Amino acid sequence: MGVGIEVNNLNAWYGSNHTLQDITLHIPANHATALIGPSGCGKSTFVRCLNRMHETNPIARVTGSVRVGDLDIYNDAKPVQVRRRIGMVFQRPNPFPTMSIYDNVASGLKLNGYSNRRVLDDIVEKSLKNSALWDEVKDDLKKKSGASLSGGQQQRLCIARALAVDPEVLLMDEPASALDPVSTSKIEDLIFQLKSQYTIVIVTHNMQQAARVAEKTGFFLNGRMVEFDSTHKIFTNPSDKRTEDYITGRFG
Amino acid sequence: MIDTVPEIRISQPPIQREPSLDENQLAAKPTGAESISPIRQYLLSRGNSAMADRFFHVLMVLCALSIFGIVAFIATELVTSSQLTWHKFGFGFFYKTFVSPVTGDKMYWDPVNEQFSAVPFVYGTLVSSFLSLLIAVPLGVGLAIFLTEMSPRALRAPLAFLTELLAAIPSVIYGLWAVFVLVPLLREYVNPVLVRTLGWTGFFADDNPTGLGFFAGGVILSIMILPIISSLTREVMTAVPHSQREAVLALGATRWEMIRMGVLRNARIGIVGAIILGLGRALGETMAVTMVIGNTPEIHKSILANGSSMAAVIANEFTEAVSDVHRTALIEIGLALFIVTIIVNALAQLLVWAVTRGAPSQAH
Amino acid sequence: MKEEGLRSQLRTVTDHAVTGLAVLATILVVTPLVVIFAYLVIKGASSLNLEFFTQIPKPEGETGGGMANAIVGSGVLLGLASLIGVPIGIGGGIFLAEFGRGTGLANAIRFTADVLNGVPSIVMGLAAYALIVSPHIGILPFMGHFSAFSGGVALGIMMIPTVCRTTEEMLLMVPHAVREAALGLGVPNWRSVLSITVRTASPGIITGCMLAFARVAGETAPLLFTALGNMFMSTSLNQPIEALPLQIYVYALSPYDDQHRLAWAGALVLILLIVVAVSLVRYVTSRGVLKGAS
Repeated sequence: MGVGIEVNNLNAWYGSNHTLQDITLHIPANHATALIGPSGCGKSTFVRCLNRMHETNPIARVTGSVRVGDLDIYNDAKPVQVRRRIGMVFQRPNPFPTMSIYDNVASGLKLNGYSNRRVLDDIVEKSLKNSALWDEVKDDLKKKSGASLSGGQQQRLCIARALAVDPEVLLMDEPASALDPVSTSKIEDLIFQLKSQYTIVIVTHNMQQAARVAEKTGFFLNGRMVEFDSTHKIFTNPSDKRTEDYITGRFG
Repeated sequence: MIDTVPEIRISQPPIQREPSLDENQLAAKPTGAESISPIRQYLLSRGNSAMADRFFHVLMVLCALSIFGIVAFIATELVTSSQLTWHKFGFGFFYKTFVSPVTGDKMYWDPVNEQFSAVPFVYGTLVSSFLSLLIAVPLGVGLAIFLTEMSPRALRAPLAFLTELLAAIPSVIYGLWAVFVLVPLLREYVNPVLVRTLGWTGFFADDNPTGLGFFAGGVILSIMILPIISSLTREVMTAVPHSQREAVLALGATRWEMIRMGVLRNARIGIVGAIILGLGRALGETMAVTMVIGNTPEIHKSILANGSSMAAVIANEFTEAVSDVHRTALIEIGLALFIVTIIVNALAQLLVWAVTRGAPSQAH
Repeated sequence: MKEEGLRSQLRTVTDHAVTGLAVLATILVVTPLVVIFAYLVIKGASSLNLEFFTQIPKPEGETGGGMANAIVGSGVLLGLASLIGVPIGIGGGIFLAEFGRGTGLANAIRFTADVLNGVPSIVMGLAAYALIVSPHIGILPFMGHFSAFSGGVALGIMMIPTVCRTTEEMLLMVPHAVREAALGLGVPNWRSVLSITVRTASPGIITGCMLAFARVAGETAPLLFTALGNMFMSTSLNQPIEALPLQIYVYALSPYDDQHRLAWAGALVLILLIVVAVSLVRYVTSRGVLKGAS
């Protein structure tokens, strides 16, 4: 089951660039939360702070606290441990090119030392079913490489891979922006079905997507979170004028 | 052709969807939701691998530092092993000559009386290298120009492949071919012509009927350094942006003028680097040179005369050097060779790097 | 106007002349390659019989015999060299690409590796001689005399800079997205580097090793006073050992025609090995090192 995320006074820097300023919000468990905003507003950076992926850049720095469930991810755990509990799906599908579909899905477990064959088979099947890819690949699991699928299938494969490690939270950084409309719609269906089991945070450029999929939405602008509220309110009656300007297309 | 797996449409998505905070949804958790799945348990129990990561990091650093270690190793061994000669002859080893006690003639290399001077070998290395550059630079640059600017696209890959093959041929095979094919060729056909036409310069005497000598060494060396000069020149030429070429062409230049002003002028530092790199290779080439240069520790003005080079004398005499002085003299020559080639190669690398920095290698 | 016409004519003529010269240069370059290969085949092919591959050399003056000891010897030397050169070289490449990217240390190492690649191989042999072969109180059992061990070490050291640089280049070609995917799964860094990044780049890394292998396979100078050569079949690391290029060198300079014949045959075998390696490398890299990535 998913857990909620408590963010308190999160500030992030890339070198001297103050990318995120004083972000505080609560992301509810078992719901989908969308983060919208113009390019460069910091929403991707924010999401990467939630699983400490931004630390892969040596000049990155963070202050503030992030609690995922009961875990303070910056003080109580190391990045590797955090990332095993929080899954991530990236903007461009990135299956491991040298691995089969099966191995791709199982990679999070196998590379962490898990080797029980029967359990892995079960998990691979369950994850692929959860990401609506099972029917399409069930006959070719070990024969085809992860990279031989179409773009939309690859992204669902990446979702299956992230789900296989049974995370508490699933972060999605513009997961459908590189895909065609049909694949996009499939991914959105998926999110709808997954959020009963996981907490989902989705960064999106597409406001209609946020409206379709998420219960809560946060609007980011220039490194600050301007407004965070139920999706319905954000899109019909936003409190902040900047939000309203973005929603109505005056900029962004 | 991508072998795609056929897509199957999943359920029809509803047309209008309104996500809402459903209290029922939150309440209706499946049983056992509080217990953690075995997978999650397993992963939570895994440590953070800090030690393994540290160990790995250190191991990789050590492997990389081995490069410095190799340089240090070579320098230390050569310096400590050449102490004997250094103490005996000092720096004059490289420029002083002495006089034979028997004939009164100028002498350089006398293992019997344990008098050693590296002068003829330095001379031979310089002469053969210079000769090889004289031949290889125009040819190598010419080939590079042809490949980058003139040749039809279809020829490019095969010719590049052939150049790569040329570079891969071992020195000893060049030497083998030179001994049995090139040297007789020079002896029968080329040298007599050179003596006849250019003998007046003093550089082509006819007193060496073997066909071996500095010239033979220079010729085979030129074939060997050609691929380096050519492929590096190609690399720096392709690094010149197209806008430069177009600018010159737009002024109404012919193709040669475009090459000269738009490409060569911009790439000229890199081409110099390529040439110096070729020189570096020529200075150290051993096997092919020792097989055709005649292995005679003497200095002659004529390039058709027998001679020797620094690398050649080491290859030729080392296993037979009996006295310690003889052996350490050879090692000191090796040390000099090491230092010189490092300096020359470092200089060349800097020049090439300065030109191709940032521009990806397209010379394939 | 007349002057302009002359001027433009001169420019055209020059242009054509240069084109001709460039073509000439190309032909002059290709010719020796073709000629060398032709000679190797003509003079060497006929001697490539079973005897060549299975027999050791006959005493001087006698005809017949083969280069079996040289082929086996080369195998032993190259095996030892690879054992030293490949792991250390790949490790160095991993450091340059994965840990040291952009740092001054990495730049210095890369530069030194490139410079080392240009150091004459005979210098490597001298250093190996001084350390291992020259008579002194040796700590290890292999020291104090000519041996296959010293030759293998000399060749192995030569492989390290080459393998290091090619490994680095291949690793840099792995897209960042693949690394991110591994890290995002909570895979420890060392596991991610080895099982994902290196694995993805492995075709290229292997071809880099093959290139280094082919290069040292033809080296003679470092073996002259380390492995020394051996008339008899030997696989011992503690004894002098024969090698194919070494044997070719000695036979080429011998006064006996029969040994010349064997030299050509040996050279043909050596060059075939190298051509195969270079062609394989070209084939793999042109096919796309990273199949399916991105």
